[in-house]
Amino acid sequence: MNTPLRKVGVAMLVMVLLLLGNATYIQVVKADDYRTDGRNQRVLLEEYARQRGQIVTDDSGQVLAGVEPIDDRLKFQRTYLNGPVYAPVTGYYSVRYGAGGMERAEDQVLNGSDPRLFVRRLSDMVTGRDPRGGNVRLTVKPTVQETAYEEMSKRGYRGAVVALNPKTGEILAMVSTPSYDPGLLASHVGTDQETAWQKFNEDENRPMLNRAISETYPPGSTFKLVTAAAALEDGATPDTPVNPAPNVKLPGGGNASLENFNGTPCPGNTLKDALANSCNVPFAEMAGNLGAEKLNETAANFGIGQNDLTIPLRVAQSGLGEMAGKPQLFQSGIGQRDVKLTPLQDALLAATVANGGVAMKPNLVKSLLAPDLSTIEDVAPEELTGDPALSKANADILRDMMLASEDNTKGGGKRGDLKIASKTGTAEHGNDPKSTPPHAWYTAFAPAQDPQVAVAVIVESGGNRGLAATGGTVAAEIARATINAALGGG
Amino acid sequence: MGQPVSDPSAAQYATNPPRELPTRRGTELVLLAFAAVIVTGALVLVEANQEQELSLSVLWLGLAFLGLFGVAHLAVRRWAPYADPLILPLVALLNGLGLVMIHRIDLALAEKATQNSEDYSAEVSKQVLFTALALVLFLGVLIIVKDHRTLTRYGYTAGLIGIIALGLPAVLPSSISEVNGAKVWIKMGVASIQPGEFAKILLMIFFASFLVSKRDLFMAAGKRVAGVELPRARDLGPILIAAGACLGILVFEKDLGTSLLFFGVVLVMLYVATERVIWVILGVGMFLVGCLIAFKLFTHVQQRVANWMDPLATYSDPGGGYQIAQGLFGLGTGGVGGTGLGAGRPEMVPAANTDFITAAIGEELGFIGLAALLMIYLLLAMRGMRSALAVRDTFGKLLGGGLSFAIIMQVFVIVGGVTKLIPMTGITTPFLSYGGSSLLANYILIALLLRISDAARRPQTPAKVRQQAQAPLAEAHTVMVQRPDNTAGTGEVAK
Repeated sequence: MNTPLRKVGVAMLVMVLLLLGNATYIQVVKADDYRTDGRNQRVLLEEYARQRGQIVTDDSGQVLAGVEPIDDRLKFQRTYLNGPVYAPVTGYYSVRYGAGGMERAEDQVLNGSDPRLFVRRLSDMVTGRDPRGGNVRLTVKPTVQETAYEEMSKRGYRGAVVALNPKTGEILAMVSTPSYDPGLLASHVGTDQETAWQKFNEDENRPMLNRAISETYPPGSTFKLVTAAAALEDGATPDTPVNPAPNVKLPGGGNASLENFNGTPCPGNTLKDALANSCNVPFAEMAGNLGAEKLNETAANFGIGQNDLTIPLRVAQSGLGEMAGKPQLFQSGIGQRDVKLTPLQDALLAATVANGGVAMKPNLVKSLLAPDLSTIEDVAPEELTGDPALSKANADILRDMMLASEDNTKGGGKRGDLKIASKTGTAEHGNDPKSTPPHAWYTAFAPAQDPQVAVAVIVESGGNRGLAATGGTVAAEIARATINAALGGG
Repeated sequence: MGQPVSDPSAAQYATNPPRELPTRRGTELVLLAFAAVIVTGALVLVEANQEQELSLSVLWLGLAFLGLFGVAHLAVRRWAPYADPLILPLVALLNGLGLVMIHRIDLALAEKATQNSEDYSAEVSKQVLFTALALVLFLGVLIIVKDHRTLTRYGYTAGLIGIIALGLPAVLPSSISEVNGAKVWIKMGVASIQPGEFAKILLMIFFASFLVSKRDLFMAAGKRVAGVELPRARDLGPILIAAGACLGILVFEKDLGTSLLFFGVVLVMLYVATERVIWVILGVGMFLVGCLIAFKLFTHVQQRVANWMDPLATYSDPGGGYQIAQGLFGLGTGGVGGTGLGAGRPEMVPAANTDFITAAIGEELGFIGLAALLMIYLLLAMRGMRSALAVRDTFGKLLGGGLSFAIIMQVFVIVGGVTKLIPMTGITTPFLSYGGSSLLANYILIALLLRISDAARRPQTPAKVRQQAQAPLAEAHTVMVQRPDNTAGTGEVAK
């Protein structure tokens, strides 16, 4: 009976050899395929357990998003300084829900997988240190960001503030209110993450919406800057006569008409008067006379219509919509109908005028740093579109017209020693525009002669003034406070 | 193994009465201590990598482990002094590694539960309890079964109880017997058992004694067809019954793994008893036909085959390849060297501490660890097989061979399933995976193997000892031994 037993012994040996051979195939030959399969979360989780880089501000080096060692499996807890204030910039970083904002846009640098970090990483491995992520240095100035957030949130406004350096495109502040605390989404307790995520997403005020770049609004009268620029480029001058009538019938028959604010006649009959007093009729007619092509061209040179702009956060596309005929052109010329801009794009209108007609590409990142704080990349300023929206001379003319507009604009926060060039907007929206509180806009730059900062403010649905809200009464004071903060005036 | 011939004390033979054969219990104790050191080391690694506080308690756990198996060792010393010295340490090592792995997965699952604000009760404490219980059972078997040949007397009883135990879950209502689709449980309040695990051993005892008594029948020649001697039709009875039982398990209990294991073991025992390959060919043929029928009839079988062919393709199907794919991801991430004990994420594989515990080991200890693990099993089964070769009675040979093969067969079915060599069939990994029934049953199996190996190496009663000192048969593989003329014990002559 021993012969068959021996044979069974051999069979057992063969069975184990088969298992070994197969294990070799799985764990050696195919190992990489399985390791890198997108559905294999192990590698991803490894990334979460790595020491993620910091997001810091440029001038003061404040750490907006950092890590603290923690005694659990993920090893590091993501922490946010003044979470809600900076949430539109930093975004969030959640084990369960992924990343948003800068955390997502510069994820490769922050998590250390960026190829530019790799040489350093290899050396780290040799020296036996934990591979760490790189850091992102922002252009944001804490005083500007915090002032803008404070001004918006203390009044309970829904809306956005964008401040940028018109000469470089560096974004000094990007505020969206109401906001959320990304720290709650970074919790390592799964249910806490889930609760916070649900609360944020079910909130009808949509705190996780970055209104500054992800939402578009009708710009209202602030769009008259584009119409005026197009007219100036088309040969108009500040003294070109305009129609001072309180209203105008939309061309193409029918009884529909378009009227000035409050149905009053324009106090003057020149282009300069029209912009200074934000008369609707002249700009509607101007747009009608210019035609869609010229209006579109100037708008495009302001950056409107770009659908691939990243700062490096993705920016929603602004646009004028279809302008099939004169009636549409009339309404589009005053920033209504299908014209939709992001608040960032609205700030770019003022910034472009401030920079002599050349739009600079807006940007949030000053530089990328390796874990040892050596620079990987400095972000240099670049032009946004390549073509100026208007000539230097016309930009100066438009600036003077904006200075006149500021003189007619109400709202607090004015300073006698500071010349601000501005344009307000009071944009109708909704299904029943006449009984829906309008969006209050204000876009400006200062100082007028040597622009350091350009700002756009939008307060959704009239803020706390309801139907009576205007850009001047609601949005202007916030923008002025932001400008003051940017200029260091307090 | 020592060579008694070259033993320096061999000179004493001339003057002293026949010397005591080395029992090698010392070797066993040293190896047990070695196993304890490995297990303690593994535990230290897990704790260190999980950043738990390292304390002396780990050392105490190691000592407790050694103490537990020390008791088993003493029992072997007392009741099976000539037993194979490797079997118990190998089992201790497997059991210990299993405990460490279950503890390690406990830590991960507890962490996950905390994150979701859920409760999680550690399973390792239960497994420790099962281990203690299993060792009590082990002791009991060693004490009660003084001679494995007495088991032949209870062959039919064992068979009857085995069949009832095996079939019971099938006839019980699903609420009592079904867990995760397999109807193999009997749930009684707090405790639940898988009677199939015990039936496995009972049926092997039955089959061994049945084959020994009816051996001649199977040896009888039937017709010759194309040069192959076919068995007579009426002799096909037992194998048909076995096949039917396996099919029954498959259909009524949806337990592919157990059915495969039984059929494999029955075939091997039949082959060993009759020395005729035709049984194997017939059996495999029947098995293939059975597979084909099962594949055509049952969707769950089709699903398993699809998951086996490409688990990544059926990844998100309900009942699809998710689990196998996760296991493969773990194995792939582990690679050759593994992530290190406690540094991987084996808990991502569903059933990481039961069916997929070898995937957890492959992930954290890598191919090297998995290969070492397979080697431990091979060594264990080979030591059993060696005892079966050396024991003098046919029943012992048959039972020993069957038990040893059952270990490897079970490892092949589950590890093959986890590593996608064969379709996945849920079955426990002997000594390693979490589960009381499996552990208890396997310790009975080991007690029987030790009993057989003790019988194999135990010197024959002094009256029959020949003048010349002779090495025990188990150690005689390098020595030319003269064929003894009818000196075998009470059993049948070993062929």
